[in-house]
Amino acid sequence: MAKTYVSATINGESSEFLCETQQTLLDVLRDVIGLTGSKEGCASGDCGACSVIMDGRLVCSCLVLGVEAEGATITTIEGIANGEKLHPVQQKFLEHAALQCGFCTPGLIVATKALLDENPNPTETEARYWLAGNLCRCTGYDKVIRAVMDAAAELRGEAVG
Amino acid sequence: MNYIDSSLKVVGTRPVRPDGVDKVTGRAVFAADTRAAGMLWGKVLRSPHAHARIVSIDTSKARALKGVFAVVTAADFPDIPSEEAFVGEGPMNFRDLALNCMARTKVLYEGHALAAVAASTQAIADAALALIDVTYEVLPHVIDVEAAMAPDAPVLHDDMFTTGVDPKPAKPSNIAKVVTFKKGDAEAGFKDADVIVEGRYTTQPVHQAYIEPHACLASCSPDGQVQIHSSSQGHFMVRAYTAKLLGLNMANIRVNPAEIGGGFGGKTLVYLEPVAVALSRKCGRSVKMQMTREDVFRASGPTSGATVEVTLGAKRDGTIVAAKQVLKYQAGAFAGSPIGPGCMCGFAMYDLPNVDVVGYDVVSNRPKVAAYRAPGAPITSFAVESAMDELATKLGIDALTLREKNAARNGTKTHYGPTHQNIGFTAVLDAVKAHPHWKAPLKPGQGRGLATGFWFNIGGESTAQVHVNEDGSVTAATGSPDIGGSRASIGMMVAEVLGVPPTTVRTIVADTASIGFTHLTGGSRVTFATGMAATQAAEKVVEDLKKRAAQTWDIPVEAVEWKDGMAYPAGSNAGAFEPLDLATLALKAARTGGPLVAEVSVNAQGAGPGFGAHICDVSVDAETGAVTIERYTAIQDVGKAIHPSYVEGQIQGGAAQGIGWALNEEYIYNAKGQMENAGFLDYRVPVASDVPMIEAVLVEVPNPRHPFGARGVGEVPIIPPMAAIANAIRGATGLRMVDLPMSPPKVRAAFDAAG
Repeated sequence: MAKTYVSATINGESSEFLCETQQTLLDVLRDVIGLTGSKEGCASGDCGACSVIMDGRLVCSCLVLGVEAEGATITTIEGIANGEKLHPVQQKFLEHAALQCGFCTPGLIVATKALLDENPNPTETEARYWLAGNLCRCTGYDKVIRAVMDAAAELRGEAVG
Repeated sequence: MNYIDSSLKVVGTRPVRPDGVDKVTGRAVFAADTRAAGMLWGKVLRSPHAHARIVSIDTSKARALKGVFAVVTAADFPDIPSEEAFVGEGPMNFRDLALNCMARTKVLYEGHALAAVAASTQAIADAALALIDVTYEVLPHVIDVEAAMAPDAPVLHDDMFTTGVDPKPAKPSNIAKVVTFKKGDAEAGFKDADVIVEGRYTTQPVHQAYIEPHACLASCSPDGQVQIHSSSQGHFMVRAYTAKLLGLNMANIRVNPAEIGGGFGGKTLVYLEPVAVALSRKCGRSVKMQMTREDVFRASGPTSGATVEVTLGAKRDGTIVAAKQVLKYQAGAFAGSPIGPGCMCGFAMYDLPNVDVVGYDVVSNRPKVAAYRAPGAPITSFAVESAMDELATKLGIDALTLREKNAARNGTKTHYGPTHQNIGFTAVLDAVKAHPHWKAPLKPGQGRGLATGFWFNIGGESTAQVHVNEDGSVTAATGSPDIGGSRASIGMMVAEVLGVPPTTVRTIVADTASIGFTHLTGGSRVTFATGMAATQAAEKVVEDLKKRAAQTWDIPVEAVEWKDGMAYPAGSNAGAFEPLDLATLALKAARTGGPLVAEVSVNAQGAGPGFGAHICDVSVDAETGAVTIERYTAIQDVGKAIHPSYVEGQIQGGAAQGIGWALNEEYIYNAKGQMENAGFLDYRVPVASDVPMIEAVLVEVPNPRHPFGARGVGEVPIIPPMAAIANAIRGATGLRMVDLPMSPPKVRAAFDAAG
C-alpha cells in the first residue's frame, strides 16, 4: 500500500512522516513518531484520552487522519511543558492530586490548556462542560476541576486561593 | 511497631506523588505504549453469537495470508481440568478462565474469543481474522438472570450441578451455587414485628469502564523464557494464570507491571496474556495485543446484574427484629458472581437478631463477570438501604435515627459469622448528624437521601523491600501495582519510619522476578498489607542502621536512638557523639557490614472493615425524568489517611462511579443476545458536567492491626450512592425507584405510572 508523505509541526519541531491513508493522527503519533503520551481509550472520539491541539483547535486525534495533518501545527501532551518547566496546568494537577491512574490525564491537560487559551476565566460550569469530552473514571472530577480553576487563576496572575 | 498515637511528620501530609510528573507529561509507560523489535500485532476472533456450538474452525486461509505469522485456537492450549484458583479476587476456576480466553467446543456469549492471529500490521491481522472460517450451530440463549433459572432455560454447561443444596440435583442447570446465611429465627422475628416492609429491586450489569483498554506485549524465546509487559492489578496473578493456562513453569515467566490505566477489579484476571504468549511461542516473535473499547465491553468485566428481594420487620420504636434477603446474581457465562459478598454485606451495617439470606450464582449468555469495586456489595446495599428508607417512612422515623438505632457496634455479631471489632460505623453516623449538609434546608422540589455501606476489606500476602542506596537515598520496592497512588502512600510510610522527607524515598513496583510474591491489588488491601510489609522493612533497616552506629561508636545498640533520619546516642550515659545521618551511614556501609537492605513478606491479617454514609440532594425534571445531583457528601471511616488527597480521591471517584451505576449505566441486549451499546457514546459513564463537587469527609477510627491505623478505603464509596440517590428521588417526588438505572425513561415512566 502506497504511503503518503506528510509534513507538520509537532510540539514546535518540524516533523515529517509517511503514513497509510487509513491511519489516524493518533496512530501516527503513537506508532510512527513514537509520541505515546496521547492515549487510545475508545478510538471513536468519546473519551478524549487522545486530545491534541491542532491549529489552535482541540481535537480527538483518533478522529483525524494522519494525512490531514499536512501543514498543521500540533501540540500533544509532550509539548505542554516548557522543557523541564511544567506548565501551570500540569503543576496544578500534581498539587491537587487531580489524577489517580493517570491514563486520561494527558488528554485532560491538553483539553484544559485549550480551554484556558480560549477562556482564561471560566466558571466552574464552563470548565465542566468544556471537559465533558474527557472521561475520567478514577477521580469523580472533583480534584480535576479544582486544579483547572486554580491553574486558570494562576495563569491570570491572581493570588491562589 | 505501632505509630497510631505518635506525632507524625510525613503520614497525613499531602506530598506530590512520585509517579506524578511522568503522568502529567505523557512519559508514563502503560502497556499499550510498550514495543519490541520485530513486534507483531495480535488480534482476536470473537463470536457474533450469544450461544453456539463450534462445529469447525478452518484457519488455513488466514495462515496463508502474507504477513501472518501465527494463528491459534483452543487446540494450541492444554485442555486443563477443573480446578479452583485462588489467584484473583473472588471465585475462579482455571478451566473456566482457559475457556473464557479461548472457547473450545461452545461459544457462550457474543464477544467470546475463539481464535487469534499475529501479523505484521494491524490491518493484516484484521484481514486474517476475516479469513478464518467458523461453522457454528447456533443454540438458544438466555440473558436475564431469572429466565436463566427457569426449569426450561437453555443450559450453558452440561456439567453444572448446583452446589450448596442437599441433595445434589439430578439435572444440570444454570444455577452454579446457592449460598445461605442464617442467624436467629427470622420467621419468629417477623411474627414479632409491628411493621414489615418488602421490596423487589433489580440492578443492571455495569462495566468497570477503566479508560485504558486491556493491553500486553509478550515474547517467548526458543528456550521457553517468557516475558510479558501488561496492564493488570497483579503481575503475579498474570504469571499464575499464564503458567496454568499454557502449562508453563512459573520461573520461566517474567511479568513486568506496566502503568495501569484503571482497573476497579476488572483487571484481576487475564484475557490477552496467555493468548499473546501462545502466538509468540508459535512464531518466535514478540506479540502485542490490545483490546478495542468494543472488545472491552463485550468480552471483559462487567459486574453482575441482579434481582434482590428484601424484607425488614421492625418494632414500632424502629428496632429491627427480622431481616430477609433473596439475591440472584448474574455470573455471566461462567460461575463466579460476587454472590458471597452480596450475601454478607447487605445487612452487615446493622445489629440484627434474626436474619435469613439466600443467594444464587447464576450463569447466562453474557461476558463472564469480573470484580468491580466492593464486588457484590453495591447491589445488595441498593436493595437494603432503599428498604431502610421505606421502613423509616412507614414508621415515621428519621432515616438517620433509624440507622443509629440499629447500627452495628463493636461486639455486634454479623449474620455471616464474624463479630465486629474496632469499627467506626457509629462515628460515621455521628459525622452525618454533625455535617452541615444533613441540616441544610432543601430548595423547593429537591429531595435528600441517605444511605450507608460496608466492606470487609482484605489483607493477605505482600512483599516489600527497602534499600538504602550508597548516597543515603532510599528505594522502596513492592509487588503491588499502583492503581491510584499507592507508591505515594507506601513511600510516605517508609519515610516516616526512617525519619526522612518523602522525597528521599523513591517507590517502585518490582517485576515478578525481582521481589517476593505479592497478591494482587484489590480488596482495598495495598495500603494495609503492602504498607505493613514496607513499614516493617523500613523498621528492619532502622535496626540495622542503629547497629552500624553502635559499631561506629563502639557502644551497645540499645544505647543508640534513631530520630529524624539520624542515629543519636540515647542519653548522656551513651557517650557524646555527633549524630550520624543516613548518608554518612550509607557511605560507611561496606565497612560496617555491607548493603543496607531489608525485605519483608507478610500475610497481613486484621484488615479493619470500612463503613461509609452518603448524603445526596437531587432535583428531578418531571418532564424529562432527568435527575440532577445538586449536592453530594460522602463520609467514611478510613482508619488513618496516609495521603489524605488520595483517600479523598478514592471516595470521590467511587461515589461518581456509583452515580453512573444509579442513573445511566447498563448493558442493553437485542433479541439475538448481542450487546447494543458497546461504546462510550451509548454506555454513558458520568462526565464532568454530570456531577457536582463531591465532598469527602474522612472519619479516622484507627485500625489497631495496622502500624499507622489504616483501613482499606477504595471500595466502600461505591456502595451507598445507588440507594442514596433513590432515596433522594423518593424525597423529591414520592416515587420509589426499584429498578436501576434510574435513567430518564425509567423515571418518566414512574411518573406516568403514579398518575
